[in-house]
Amino acid sequence: MRADTSILSADAGIALSTERLTKVWGSFIANSDIDFRLPVGARHALIGPNGAGKTTFINMLTGVLAPTSGRVFIGGEDVTADRQERRVRKGIARTFQINNLFPGLTVLDSVLLAILERKNLAESWFRPLKSHVAEIEEAMDLITDLGLEAQAGVEVKTLAYGKQRLMEIALALASRPRILLLDEPAAGIPAGESSEVFSVIARLPSDVSILFIEHDMDLVRRFSQRITVLVGGKVLTEGAPDEIMADPRVREVYLGESAHG
Amino acid sequence: MSPRSSAIERLASPRPRPVEVLAWLLPALAFFLVPDNLALGVSIMTYAVAVLALDLVLGYAGIVSLGHAAFFGVGAYTAGLLAVQGWKEPLTGLLLAGAVSLALGFLASFLVVRGKDLTRLMVTLAIGLVVYELANRLSSVTGGMDGLSGFEIGPIFGVFSFDLYGRTAWWYVYGVLILVFVLLRLVVSSPFGLSLRAIREGVSRMPALGASVDQRLRIAFTLSAGVTGIAGGLLAQTTQFVGIDSLSVGRSADFLVMLVLGGTGRLYGALIGTTVFMIAHDYLADMNPVYWEFWMGLLLMAVVLFARGGIVGAGRRLLQTVKTKFARAAP
Amino acid sequence: MASNILGILFDGLAYGSLLFLIGVGLSITMGLMNFINLAHGTFAMAGGYISASLSQRSGLPFLATLPVAFVGAGLFGLVAERLLFRRLYKAPHLDQVLFTFGFVLSSIAAAHYFFGAGQQMGVMPSFLQGQIRVYGIDLGRYRLLLIACVGLITLALHLILSKTRFGAQVRAAVDNQDAAAGLGINVGLIFSLCFALGTGLAGLGGALGIEVLGLDPGFPLKYMVYFLLVVVVGGAGTIRGPLIAAMILGVFDVAGKYYVPQAGAFIIYVLMIVLLLAFPTGLGGKRA
Repeated sequence: MRADTSILSADAGIALSTERLTKVWGSFIANSDIDFRLPVGARHALIGPNGAGKTTFINMLTGVLAPTSGRVFIGGEDVTADRQERRVRKGIARTFQINNLFPGLTVLDSVLLAILERKNLAESWFRPLKSHVAEIEEAMDLITDLGLEAQAGVEVKTLAYGKQRLMEIALALASRPRILLLDEPAAGIPAGESSEVFSVIARLPSDVSILFIEHDMDLVRRFSQRITVLVGGKVLTEGAPDEIMADPRVREVYLGESAHG
Repeated sequence: MSPRSSAIERLASPRPRPVEVLAWLLPALAFFLVPDNLALGVSIMTYAVAVLALDLVLGYAGIVSLGHAAFFGVGAYTAGLLAVQGWKEPLTGLLLAGAVSLALGFLASFLVVRGKDLTRLMVTLAIGLVVYELANRLSSVTGGMDGLSGFEIGPIFGVFSFDLYGRTAWWYVYGVLILVFVLLRLVVSSPFGLSLRAIREGVSRMPALGASVDQRLRIAFTLSAGVTGIAGGLLAQTTQFVGIDSLSVGRSADFLVMLVLGGTGRLYGALIGTTVFMIAHDYLADMNPVYWEFWMGLLLMAVVLFARGGIVGAGRRLLQTVKTKFARAAP
Repeated sequence: MASNILGILFDGLAYGSLLFLIGVGLSITMGLMNFINLAHGTFAMAGGYISASLSQRSGLPFLATLPVAFVGAGLFGLVAERLLFRRLYKAPHLDQVLFTFGFVLSSIAAAHYFFGAGQQMGVMPSFLQGQIRVYGIDLGRYRLLLIACVGLITLALHLILSKTRFGAQVRAAVDNQDAAAGLGINVGLIFSLCFALGTGLAGLGGALGIEVLGLDPGFPLKYMVYFLLVVVVGGAGTIRGPLIAAMILGVFDVAGKYYVPQAGAFIIYVLMIVLLLAFPTGLGGKRA
């Protein structure tokens, strides 16, 4: 245990890290030896062409996928063997690139459920939902905060697509994460409206560490302090936005991609 | 009303509305108005208990069970065998029937939660078939194909004896149905009930919220099995007979049809579906059972294609249409 | 004793062959559309009744009825798919289960109405009756025919899937429907054809299997579990998985009924639970 504590103190400023994280499917190497550190309070972007293994990486961080080899740490604690739900309880939350919501529940139902799960109240069956006044208040505050108040009583499937993307974030925020992973939060939203999603993210408390995947370089430049570039399952480079944008290798990857269509 | 308060208003609540209280008086009205067909009322309410229980797993949690008759039959045999052995007190007999089914449901739940939809369906079916075969083989205990009969049930509270006309049985089952309904109403309007609906709507999101899906489903399945066992116990006690068909896949299918007909995921759907099904069955009793099956199949297909949400769902849509028309007519 | 075991193995394989013949179409269609179809046995039953009524009423020889059973059941399947099942591909699994279950109920009643409740008897030609002795083991001629037929059909299926353009399209569609559609493959048409082929094979199996499986209106429900089990244990969307699963099921069922007749169907149901739990995603299935 002593050794563990020393690692902890050494990594006190690191919210999330990986050590030689690798995922292999048959002969296809999706992620290869990724060493990654997310400092506390970071606004970190993960970019790379399609098929670079970005979502695979997020899936291994959250425990959706088990890595072929390598380890994942939350706050210095090895969570590689933990299932998804245990990692959530250790402070990690995520959104999904493709909406993964509760279509038949109302907005309030969904957010309230996420809050009740966080507070370990979701298994109680003898106290009516309506008597959980504090949780309902919290849910309504969060919903209002995201500008969804007018739709609070509406089924999620009837929301406009952009609002459904906000629901993705609302569910993740309801877990009050210390680490937030956003998988293309503005995916599918017209370019003009995507900054609305990001302004929500920009308002989050500064001690929440954020890693996000995004294709729009403009948004990446505006909202990230650091960028990791993933190409072919490997980290190509990492650095501040200006360095990355100026890096000829990165330009080649992106220009190359656009040249291929 | 502000969106905020109307959203909170829409949250599930166990508190009965006045119209519901009135609706629950309807059966009592039927008792006095149609006193010569109490047996039908008893069997409607008995099956309603089982279909309510099925709704919890199928309608709320989204697990398709084709084996719920196993719990129904085990409850029935438990109550019947207790009486055969001389345990004639009905209330404790009923509780034991529920308890045995609950225990069986608990064991089965570990098997059921493994795998996906189709595997689940197959496992529930297999459980039903295994229990049926077992009862069939143990004919020295269960009476096999002849069923279990020749037992008597003592008076309720030691006072109210079961009479030939089924009056006592009627009030007994009515009381149990109300209790079960209240219990399930509490469950479905609790955080647990919300999480079951969430599992049905988006099971893949649940772990990302920190929820352990399997455990929730196990609890729901176990509870449902226990309540179904109580329904079986009621059947045994009120008819003083247990047939092996109470365990059959056909019986499971009947439960399923009743629920789908009334509307899944709504407790009143279970009640209305059972009532309509049983009355139709009684009314068409002279019909060759084969034709009955044909129409059942056709009805099931029609409900899936054209009337999602069953009778209750269709009624709601109708009400909604009328409301919007009315709102438009009176600006 | 040894010949006894071999005899049971032989009967089990013959039985398994039938299960495979009927189940393989279900495996392909389930793999293609992720469509839960409980009504597959209805098409096998249709093939059985076509064969039985042709040989009983019009005196057609048994073997000559088989192609008719194949085509008839396949056409029935095609029509049912085009008119009904097609509407449910995007529906929740619950709807698919309920709808196809309703289809089974109605078809049982319809069979009852048209053909009566009794067991149908196949009219076996004399050269298929009796047994031949090979190395001291008595092998039923009819069962030999079964195994041979199914062997040939499996080979043909394998060749169709691996060598033809149609087969390549089917494999692409099973693998990734959207990508296949993107390549210009008409997935809807492929599926209709697969459904027709699968139900045709089921009909052939129903006809061939009259002597082994029996034939009465309850057929689709009685064997529903077996066909689904072949697919679920074998893994949807493959041929090899269901083949292995069908053989395991066939041998265990026959052996169980021979050695522990008092256990009845108990053994097969317990085996079913065990297999389902041991292979929740199938022996060779691609869907997790």
